[in-house]
Amino acid sequence: MSTEPVTMMVEAIRLDFELGAGTAQSRFLLGLADGELRGQRCPVCRKVYMPPRGSCPTDGVPTEEEVLLPDHGIVTTFCVVNLQFHPAAPPAPYVCAQVLLDGADTPLFGLVAGVPADEVRMGMKVKAEWKPREEWTTNLMNIKWFQPTGEPDAAYETYQEHV
Amino acid sequence: MGDERCAVVGVGQTQYKAVRADVSIAGLVREASERALDDASLDWGDIDAVVIGKAPDMFEGVVMPELYLADALGAVGKPMMRVHTAGSVGGSTAIVAAGLVQAGIHERVLTMSFEKQSESDAMWALTVSQPFQAPLVAGAGGFFAPIIRSYMRRSGAPEHIGMLVAVKDRANAMRNPLAHLHEPDLTLEKAKESPMLWDPIRYVETCPSSDGACAMVLAGEKTADGASKRPAWIHGTAMRSEPTIFAGRDQVNPQAGRDCAADVYAQAGITDPRAAFDCAEVYVPFSWFEPMWLENLGFCAPGEGWKLTEAGATAFDGDIPWNPSGGVLSSNPIGASGMIRFAEVALQVRGLAGEHQVDDARTALGHAYGGGSQFFSMWVVGAEKP
Amino acid sequence: MRDIAVVGFAQSKHVESDTHHNEVEMLMPVIADVVKQSGIGAKEIGFTCSGSCDYLIGAPFSFVQALDAVGAWPPISESHVEMDAAWALYEAWVALQHGDIESALVYGFGKTSTGDLGEILNLQLDPYTVAPLGLDHLSYGGLQARAYLDTTGRSERDLAEVAARSAHDARDNPNAVRRGEVTADDVLGEPPVRSPLRPFDCAPITDGAAAVVLAAGDLARRVCSRPAWIRGIDHRIEAHQLGVRDLATSMSTALAGDTAGVASGAVDVAELHAQFSHEELILREALGLGDEVRVNPSGGALGANPVMATGLIRIGEVAHRIHDGSATRGVAHASSGPCLQQNLVCVLEGTD
Repeated sequence: MSTEPVTMMVEAIRLDFELGAGTAQSRFLLGLADGELRGQRCPVCRKVYMPPRGSCPTDGVPTEEEVLLPDHGIVTTFCVVNLQFHPAAPPAPYVCAQVLLDGADTPLFGLVAGVPADEVRMGMKVKAEWKPREEWTTNLMNIKWFQPTGEPDAAYETYQEHV
Repeated sequence: MGDERCAVVGVGQTQYKAVRADVSIAGLVREASERALDDASLDWGDIDAVVIGKAPDMFEGVVMPELYLADALGAVGKPMMRVHTAGSVGGSTAIVAAGLVQAGIHERVLTMSFEKQSESDAMWALTVSQPFQAPLVAGAGGFFAPIIRSYMRRSGAPEHIGMLVAVKDRANAMRNPLAHLHEPDLTLEKAKESPMLWDPIRYVETCPSSDGACAMVLAGEKTADGASKRPAWIHGTAMRSEPTIFAGRDQVNPQAGRDCAADVYAQAGITDPRAAFDCAEVYVPFSWFEPMWLENLGFCAPGEGWKLTEAGATAFDGDIPWNPSGGVLSSNPIGASGMIRFAEVALQVRGLAGEHQVDDARTALGHAYGGGSQFFSMWVVGAEKP
Repeated sequence: MRDIAVVGFAQSKHVESDTHHNEVEMLMPVIADVVKQSGIGAKEIGFTCSGSCDYLIGAPFSFVQALDAVGAWPPISESHVEMDAAWALYEAWVALQHGDIESALVYGFGKTSTGDLGEILNLQLDPYTVAPLGLDHLSYGGLQARAYLDTTGRSERDLAEVAARSAHDARDNPNAVRRGEVTADDVLGEPPVRSPLRPFDCAPITDGAAAVVLAAGDLARRVCSRPAWIRGIDHRIEAHQLGVRDLATSMSTALAGDTAGVASGAVDVAELHAQFSHEELILREALGLGDEVRVNPSGGALGANPVMATGLIRIGEVAHRIHDGSATRGVAHASSGPCLQQNLVCVLEGTD
């Protein structure tokens, strides 16, 4: 009989959850299925949240007014990821960025592609690259990534409050 | 601040390493707690209440583990609490424990934080996302690296600053036998060869994933006055939180951090932190957070933090040593990392920090933060009574 | 000790499964309601503390997003316990004792319907020697019920009467999920879930949230016509391993009740965090509550059990009865862990 101490025991744990997205987020997700980006405006501070959170975190009130946003904006800041961290990620190196859509007051986390990673810049103008329409679901992954529009970069002063 | 004075009379830490296969979770937390009791020359029966903290339960796969740990921590028949405030939890836990003494409810409280990351997969646990949310496809670094890029743009800091911090903290860790990472030969030249993981963050600039626990015995004035070793008196405690995302949020220099510092400094009567503190243990999980927090904590003007780092001000022999223990960059049992900061400054002002003792440390700052740079906890300890 | 009172209490209209609202949406109206009731400006509240459990929705940091419901700007002094929100109230009470603050907001929330509560609570057990056995909360609840019946000589009908009375009382509670006329015979007519426990002996799966505002001394008197003063509050934990405890009693409840001063005056009403009918009987004995004490007039946890908020609701329900003048002195109890491992007792009193 072994007298070695037991140093590891493996117990497989599986838990299943059924999650609801909530009212506000459902509106946003249903919009995505139609190729729409539905932001929400806070009735108090008038800021536009994208993605909407259903509430304004600073005012603690529901954000019910919907604002349709375009699928283009600017990269405020980003990082280049050189390792594979997640099965859903593209092959490294890939760029993970905060994208401020035109008309939004909060940046959206997204991938930037269609350009070598070392050419991505702060202030770069980008536009969403959508999956084929027939693949759209109620999911932000409908947008494969953002890619440069080729327009001149935004001046730092125009977005510095977002970095 | 409460009516009653409170002091740290005992500190206990485990060895920090990637895998502590020799102990269970209970064994790990007991090791740190026994050392804290020994340091305080107290026994389990002397403790009135136990306050523990850790990061998400999914890191070990045990739901509310304080229940299972009650026996190992000698809490049976006593009050026991479990705090969870993300990465700042180790600090918040100590503050909750101190509050029990300051309110005059208990005389001696054991507080302990731990993480045994080897028993689960923290990287997985951190990136679990709901199906309708875009997955965090780049891990924690992918969240913080863009913020660091923003800092570099705002301050004009040169690229090597982050590596200087890593080299400095790892050198400090050589003086701390409990540190997880011991890299005796790390130089700036070698750091430059380190792989770029999340550009602008290199591998060498990231914290390790550690098993470990840290415990403290906090006591009222009566016990502290009679302690066999010098106590560390608590001069101020503060916590601040702000939402993760909101329009116009300054993620580089968060208001919650500035407010938290202002609060704790006011309690401790500190107006010039760089001059007043003899050392600081500040939560720096990615090297660039040192210059960012130097500014956030008011050690210099905004945009100037990197210059302090570059000039060596925060080095072990600098005028304001930051993380003489090696910091989070050298040991990172997540839930305990904040409490280690708080405990290490207590050791410093008690004169018990061993090889990484800063000469004549009398007043020091302990700091922790968590979430998306949104939860802050801080305390100021001193060798003298407040 | 400083005088601290509950000056506001709000809860959601609990449901068995709320698929339309996420946690923030569930919490926002509750917090708005309690802050309004308290008469204290949202930005004037000195400290905020919440209680929740990540595992209920299967994602880490569930309390982080919940902060969106509070409007934490400018930054607030805030903390969180991974415990029932009754312990968040305790932390807030301690902060009010020593801090330079006059008021605190406490909240708790749980969407218990999202996952399988039995599987989740199994992970609360000793991970090396007990959890792998697959014991769920109904099973160890049944174990304790059997120990209680065998030790005391009481019968399954005694349990059924608790269940029937709770269902009856819950009819008057618009926030309860299990409301209706059920007789002890009806309870006994159902096959056991885990013998001796039958469906009505066990708390229902519930989604919900609750919030309380505490205020100190003069502020409490100013904003509330009849504050529910906290005269004593204490909590205790006991051994985790079920085999080393006397499951038929609750030593930790008795100890916390003594320290909180339950016996130092007459008790009009008690709200006990009993997730099974036998737990109410064990708790009554541990707290020395006689037959004259009205227990769980809200229907208790058997009427609605939004895990992580259920204990806080007990405090709120007692405070509510003091606010409206229907009670003068009451006892609230909260529990955590398998078989009543950890218990908190709070004595509340109103003065005219």
